[in-house]
Amino acid sequence: MEQTLRRVLIGNKSDLPERLGKTVTIGTYELAIFKLASGEVRAIENRCPHKGGVLADGMVSGEYVFCPLHDWKISIVDGQVQKPDDGCVPSYKIEVKNDLVYVLLPE
Amino acid sequence: MPKQKIVLIGNGMAGMRAIEEIKKLRPDDFDITVFGTEPYPNYNRIQLSKVLQGDTEVKDITLNEWSWYEENDILLYPGETVVKVDKKSQVVFTDKGREANYDYLILATGSNPFMLPLPGVDKEGVTAFRDIKDCEKMIEYSKKYKKAAVIGGGLLGLEAARGLLNLGMEVDVIHIADYLMERQLDREAGHMLQTELEKQGMNFLLEKQTVEIIGRNRVTGLRFSNGDRIKADLVVMAVGIKPNVSLALETDLEVNRGIVVNDFMETDTPNIFAVGECAEHNQMVYGLVAPLYEQGKALAKRICKLEDKGYKGSILSTQLKVSGVDVFSSGNIKEYDSMKTIKLKDDWRGTYKKITIENDHITGAVLFGDTREGNKLLSFIKKGVQIEEYLALGEQTESNESLVAEMPDDELICGCNGVTKGTIVQAIQTQGLSSVEQVKGCTNASRSCGTCKSLVSELLEYTLGDEYSETQQETICGCTTLSKDEVIAEIKEKGLTHTREVMNVLGWSTEEGCSKCRPALNYYLGMINPIDYKDERESRFVNERLHANIQNNGTYSVVPRMYGGVTNSEDLRKIADVADKYEVGMIKLTGGQRIDLLGVQKEDLPKIWADLGMASGHAYAKSVRTVKTCVGADFCRFGTQDSVGMGIQIERKFEGLNTPHKVKMGVSACPRNCAEGGVKDVGVVGLDGVWEIYVGGNGGVELRKAELLVKVKTQEEVLEYIGAFLQDYRENAKYLERTSAYVERVGINHIQEVLEDKQKRDALNQSMEIALSAVQEPWSEAIRNGTLLRDLYEKVKVSE
Repeated sequence: MEQTLRRVLIGNKSDLPERLGKTVTIGTYELAIFKLASGEVRAIENRCPHKGGVLADGMVSGEYVFCPLHDWKISIVDGQVQKPDDGCVPSYKIEVKNDLVYVLLPE
Repeated sequence: MPKQKIVLIGNGMAGMRAIEEIKKLRPDDFDITVFGTEPYPNYNRIQLSKVLQGDTEVKDITLNEWSWYEENDILLYPGETVVKVDKKSQVVFTDKGREANYDYLILATGSNPFMLPLPGVDKEGVTAFRDIKDCEKMIEYSKKYKKAAVIGGGLLGLEAARGLLNLGMEVDVIHIADYLMERQLDREAGHMLQTELEKQGMNFLLEKQTVEIIGRNRVTGLRFSNGDRIKADLVVMAVGIKPNVSLALETDLEVNRGIVVNDFMETDTPNIFAVGECAEHNQMVYGLVAPLYEQGKALAKRICKLEDKGYKGSILSTQLKVSGVDVFSSGNIKEYDSMKTIKLKDDWRGTYKKITIENDHITGAVLFGDTREGNKLLSFIKKGVQIEEYLALGEQTESNESLVAEMPDDELICGCNGVTKGTIVQAIQTQGLSSVEQVKGCTNASRSCGTCKSLVSELLEYTLGDEYSETQQETICGCTTLSKDEVIAEIKEKGLTHTREVMNVLGWSTEEGCSKCRPALNYYLGMINPIDYKDERESRFVNERLHANIQNNGTYSVVPRMYGGVTNSEDLRKIADVADKYEVGMIKLTGGQRIDLLGVQKEDLPKIWADLGMASGHAYAKSVRTVKTCVGADFCRFGTQDSVGMGIQIERKFEGLNTPHKVKMGVSACPRNCAEGGVKDVGVVGLDGVWEIYVGGNGGVELRKAELLVKVKTQEEVLEYIGAFLQDYRENAKYLERTSAYVERVGINHIQEVLEDKQKRDALNQSMEIALSAVQEPWSEAIRNGTLLRDLYEKVKVSE
């Protein structure tokens, strides 16, 4: 089944700090936006599935973020929790055009 | 139908092993009751020598915690001894007047240390080395006395001797044979072992027979058959074990040396079994752990009524658990005319290898100095592999990897706990395990004697490939094979200046490290080069990146700095106003005498700091936190010194300093120690005309009493010693190592020696001054610096 998505502008790429997370709220969504060392921008929900830790404040290493509450390691790319822990965080597609960053959210 | 009842006598490794086997086969079919004489849950006796040697604590060698018994619905009576068995009506009676019926009775009463029947053996200061009690006794003696004698130069005796050396005693080892471990080694290996242990400080008296233990009430020495005497304050008897068969004898079971059992561990009485060191199978009594598993399995299958070929005896292997000495022995190593041997001795490296061959098959092996081949040889001896096959393999490849690769999945890796290669590989793959410790936790492999550790490590390497390195235990984290000392040396030598450079140049396996190595590298780089190093915010844990403490709901807390715990009405008013304005969730006093404003939104932090106009406290950082003080001479009836003034001076001087872990301090003005310096990283106690400085205390998880570092006269000297101590700690502790662990590791004596030297003290204080000169107050910076504000504290709100 195809899902309709909406594009939401969240700001300029050049304003995002590198290797740090940024909290972005859009309606009921709270996202953690990351600009990786590679320059790529990624978005996942700003809640660790463990105890709801704010992932935007975690330590970023490569394509992973470590939750600031209990150090769970979570992929920023697909939201998968890394072993030995289990779980998944919703991840959202990002589009960057002319320094403008959009996130694609379900309609 | 009521469940059948199993009663186990003996809560040791053998008995519990058997129960675990039964539980595996038929988890819910039996009511199980266990009686154990020792007041502990089931523990790993083999690791006792490590407890004595100081590498391990008693709690670390527990095999099954109390909760395990509960979870598995096993009724345990610790500290209770079965005194009588009524075979006819199938009931046991205990020393506490309890009765228990059984359908199956398992005797796992183990063995007692064999005490030579010498005159004086009952004197105070004579002990065996068998259980936790003995261990505690030896530790206690080492605090009062200097000279120990160990009777017995076998496995246990040498491990005890090493432990006593670690405890600071002088140790003589008395042995009746002309070389050490004569049952497991040949003369050649025995002599090499002796030379090695002499280097470690042991003294050997070989071919000596003890005839008397001298002393009035307490032991003072030993006399030998040739008339020689030696002095000794403590005598440890480690000459062997004898199966504990007294209950079996009273019950009228067939007993030879041990309780006689068949291939199914059955005694001559129906429904009564024996297992472990108390049992005698095929004229053999085993005093090692490996057979327990095989015996337990055979017993479990019989009780659960499953077909099995039974227990056929065990091939043994032993390893000495003394650090720095690698000894392995397995199978038959005595030489007879009908046998051939391969011997390789390398005097230069100090290694020796002997393989015994009977009818072209490998039947035994001794390794000294390099025991990496041990597991391979053990497996070959068990299978009776032809010597040609072994030699051909050696030519093919020198690496052991081929061995684990070639093993079938059902081959046992851990003989003690019955864990196969397949189980371990599967656990590594499905649970994402990456260290021996994790494999141990998940599969039980290498949880007992530990001889299979290297095989587990090889399996990890074989399964994970390059991701795994076997030395990772001491490394900074899983991203590198280097230790903290190696990394620091490389940073200095190569002049490395930022974390990614360190990772790149030193071959990190991850591009950007992880949450363990990044903060550590950031700290080491800043410690080595405080002036030029640019602190990496993104390599800091959130508390230190934001300079506020994250709470469980994602809010933060602010702790305004109050030097020495002293405040005034103006500051209190400001704090109260800020609390109202930003609707803080709670106002609370901290354990360090400061006010904590909890439940602050991240984006409000800079505004609060601006409104307060006070520095915030490092209430969360790996840094000097608070200096707690007592009221002191100004107001207190007992105070002899100005503790408040001293505390303020210390806090002002060292605030903002980066340290390997948090540093808490306290200053009191009399021995009542109201600021609780005894459990602080640095505790200062002012007496009349003297200041005492204590270090290495901790009131947290690992409660530890601080130790006296020095007594000084003036306030300047207090600052001088604290500065030197903190700098020594900064330079030499591992990142995240508290002073308590650091002081414990290097010893207070060592620290005192360093600090006594005026020159060294000055040098340390000089480095400290440089580090302090680079400290910046981060809160006003956060308010002023727009980029910082935006990057760290602002949230983006998109309105729809």
